[in-house]
Amino acid sequence: MVTTADIYPVLPELILACLSMALLMYGVFRGDKAVGSVSWLAVAALVITGIAISSLPDATQTAFRGQFVVDQFARFMKWLVILGSALAVVMSMNYNEREGIKRFEFPVLILFATLGMLLMVSANDLLSLYVGLELQSLSLYVIAAFRRDSTKSSEAGLKYFVLGALSSGMLLYGASMIYGFAGTTQFEKLAALFIGPNADPGVGVIVGLVFLLAGLAFKVSAVPFHMWTPDVYEGAPTPVTAFFAVAPKIAAIALLIRVMIGPFGELFAQWQQIIIFISIASMLLGALAAIWQTNIKRLMAYSSIGHVGYALVGLAAGSEEGIRGIGVYMAIYLAMNIGTFCCILSMRRQGLLVEGISDLSGLARNHPMMAAALAIFMFSMAGIPPLAGFFGKLYVFMAAVNEGLYVLAIIGVLTSVIGAYYYLRIVKIMYFDEPLDAFDRTAGREIGVIMTVTGLFTLLFFIFPSPIVSAASKAAAVLFSAG
Amino acid sequence: MIDFPILTLTTFLPLIGALAILMIRGDDRIVARNARATALWTSLATFVVSIFLWVGFDNSTANFQFVEKVSWIPSFGINYHMGVDGISVFFVLLSTFLTPICILASWESIQHRVKEYMIAFLVLETLMVGMFCALDFILFYIFFEAVLIPMFLIIGIWGGQRRVYAAFKFFLYTLTGSVLMLIAILAIYFETETTDVPTLLKTALDPRMQLWLWLAFFASFAVKVPMWPVHTWLPDAHVEAPTAGSVILAGVLLKMGAYGFLRFSVPILPYATEYFTPLIYTLSVIAIIYTSLVALAQEDMKKLIAYSSVAHMGFVTIGIFTLTYQGVQGAVVQMISHGFVSGALFLCVGVIYDRIHTREISRYGGLVERMPKYAVVFMVFMLASVGLPGTSGFVGEFLILVGAFKANTWVAALATTGIILGAAYMLFLYRRVVFGKLEKDDLKAILDLNPREIAIFVPLIVVTIWMGVYPAPFLEVMDASIANLIEQHKTAMNALGSVSLVGK
Repeated sequence: MVTTADIYPVLPELILACLSMALLMYGVFRGDKAVGSVSWLAVAALVITGIAISSLPDATQTAFRGQFVVDQFARFMKWLVILGSALAVVMSMNYNEREGIKRFEFPVLILFATLGMLLMVSANDLLSLYVGLELQSLSLYVIAAFRRDSTKSSEAGLKYFVLGALSSGMLLYGASMIYGFAGTTQFEKLAALFIGPNADPGVGVIVGLVFLLAGLAFKVSAVPFHMWTPDVYEGAPTPVTAFFAVAPKIAAIALLIRVMIGPFGELFAQWQQIIIFISIASMLLGALAAIWQTNIKRLMAYSSIGHVGYALVGLAAGSEEGIRGIGVYMAIYLAMNIGTFCCILSMRRQGLLVEGISDLSGLARNHPMMAAALAIFMFSMAGIPPLAGFFGKLYVFMAAVNEGLYVLAIIGVLTSVIGAYYYLRIVKIMYFDEPLDAFDRTAGREIGVIMTVTGLFTLLFFIFPSPIVSAASKAAAVLFSAG
Repeated sequence: MIDFPILTLTTFLPLIGALAILMIRGDDRIVARNARATALWTSLATFVVSIFLWVGFDNSTANFQFVEKVSWIPSFGINYHMGVDGISVFFVLLSTFLTPICILASWESIQHRVKEYMIAFLVLETLMVGMFCALDFILFYIFFEAVLIPMFLIIGIWGGQRRVYAAFKFFLYTLTGSVLMLIAILAIYFETETTDVPTLLKTALDPRMQLWLWLAFFASFAVKVPMWPVHTWLPDAHVEAPTAGSVILAGVLLKMGAYGFLRFSVPILPYATEYFTPLIYTLSVIAIIYTSLVALAQEDMKKLIAYSSVAHMGFVTIGIFTLTYQGVQGAVVQMISHGFVSGALFLCVGVIYDRIHTREISRYGGLVERMPKYAVVFMVFMLASVGLPGTSGFVGEFLILVGAFKANTWVAALATTGIILGAAYMLFLYRRVVFGKLEKDDLKAILDLNPREIAIFVPLIVVTIWMGVYPAPFLEVMDASIANLIEQHKTAMNALGSVSLVGK
């Protein structure tokens, strides 16, 4: 039976669900005339949800017989997800209008996807996890193919759907195996099973866990489940790519952390090696494969694979410091990626979007501020101090070194040097090469504002890093205090 | 002594200038003029402020002075901790002294994107000064690596033909070294729970761990110094960089590696320092002899001076690792002197490059007939580079060799051959460029130094000769810090020795 006590923890999600359905209705009745207002209302809905999340008490709360949990960790990650979604909606407005895909469904779909992500982050049971994940994924499949008259976009949507369905299948299979061998799907009960000296998880649970991990690795696009990423990133409309690069990734990383540290925390020794492998493989592939890319969206896809690898270094450490590191990393990653995609959205010549890296040639001459912003993001992603990206890496490597994972840390920093090469190449093209024709100045003011704010955040993070670091610390602490 | 945050002011004053330049708007020519003027005045003001560091410096103590400490990332106990001792104060001064000279030297040779150029130089100055003042490991690392960004842009945007290649090589070489150091810093943090340098100087680390940490530091500093065989980025970077870029590169950036050895490797890892001294000796001796021979065969003036830098830095590393008072003192003097002299030599090349636009040695000859003032200036620095008594180069090399003879006669003997070779390639260069017959047509109309160029060289000549004739003011300042360094090293080794005896 559902009591009113169950309602409070899920209030933000309820608000978001109601508002998105109301917006859907509004859109249906008003038609495509209302796109602008639906978009801004969607942003408002996200802001309201964010405020609702902030107003929740600090203490951990569960609802629906432990299916759903809200704690500091969930709140931190939810803020990031909501921020990412809201920015993606803002970034899409001008783009959708110019590309002739101005439809009210777009912001509504993003709201539904966000709702799914919020559920994922708060999932406390393999079933609620799956429901949240599917709500998110189905919305994402649709917006990946949102430019339905473009083959590339349709292809991206289809690819994403087929591979996504496969990964969901693996995840479900793993979940059912875990249920079959452990007898429960609830995280607390699962965790309790593995505590104690005589607790033996059994092969069945381990195999189930591996499937579960594979499914989740697909969602975060970690090697070897990354194949969809470059194609989907390239094919999807650019604001959608920006959205894909941040919000779902942050939600999936949060989910991965919760599942690994929560119910399977005691099985750390079993899954640590898998995470280490995934992490190293992602860092290496992200660094090496990006070198030969000529399309900046594909390059960003490989770059995001690499970033997931670095974030997973924190998970491989399996410690509170590691999770804190991931929290900080995700916050910084959000800013860097949104900023970079704002730059990519501004790459338009004679009304047409261009996506080649060589199109940035000599940007510093024509658009000095945009070039400076992009250079900041690139140096930051390469992890050069004092930019924000350095601190992201610093915290995860700190955790790895603290746990004695020297080899992982050394491989990590060396791949970051390889990665630095292709980030530098973009700087080189913008600053050292001869300029081409200037880009159109039609990207819209909101893009410029977002670019400036994220650029300043990335540049000046070092002056006062404490707020984000301490928020991430609180988020990490709650995961370890329970167990 | 005083509560005024003079180090913060010295460090961040150039940054304020850079922001001011960023605000300049308008016509290209006016922007360029204002940017130049702002940069020059800012850097001069910074130099004047930094003079107070020397004036107010207390020679009697080895402690850090002008200390500032503000909590920065409290959850890790990382502080914004600044301070200088008798060693680092000179590097701060070197940086603030060379920057206005560089800006003046770029006055006419940099004609496009002047605004960005001046911003890059001022940012670079902030980072260099900050690095020499930083007393927290993480803070140090941030400055140390951030230097790469403006330097990468300076080489890549305003450099020569193969500038892209050189810029990438420079960046990636140094980055590879420094990321390994980052791991070592983190390892030290977890071993000792602090990144505070003065605290670490008093902390003893496990000898076995020291070896690994030392190697990680070595990876970073050796690339920066640069030591043989990881020096290959240097000739490329020097040749392609604009003149002022080369000056900063040779004058200050190379010192960052040696400073790192002196500030971190030697005092924090005494056991490993002792253990790896033969390695340093070997690499340094190879560097001195090999690069001197390579320098002899160069056709490009900048490349020749770049190789001579590697050789001179070989002396510095020998001096540091003799761990004798004279050796270390000589190393510091040599670094400062090399900062002036090699910087000045690059400026000398820049002067004729600006006129004829080639650095090929064979394109010159007989310059003395048209450019007597230039010939004198060039001669002073050429002889200082060789180590003629009465110039700063002599003091440094002499002290280093005295230290080296105490520590290891063979090393001293082999290093001395480097001085002979040094004399050979420098005199050879001078003869081919300045003497001989004035045959080339384009050289017949070449103009002698103009007042701006004279203004650049005069301060450099003054300090070079001052340090050579009367080095006491310099030596007094560093005396206490170096004595303390040596003393602490001995104490640490004795403590280790007694522990291992007890162990047996």
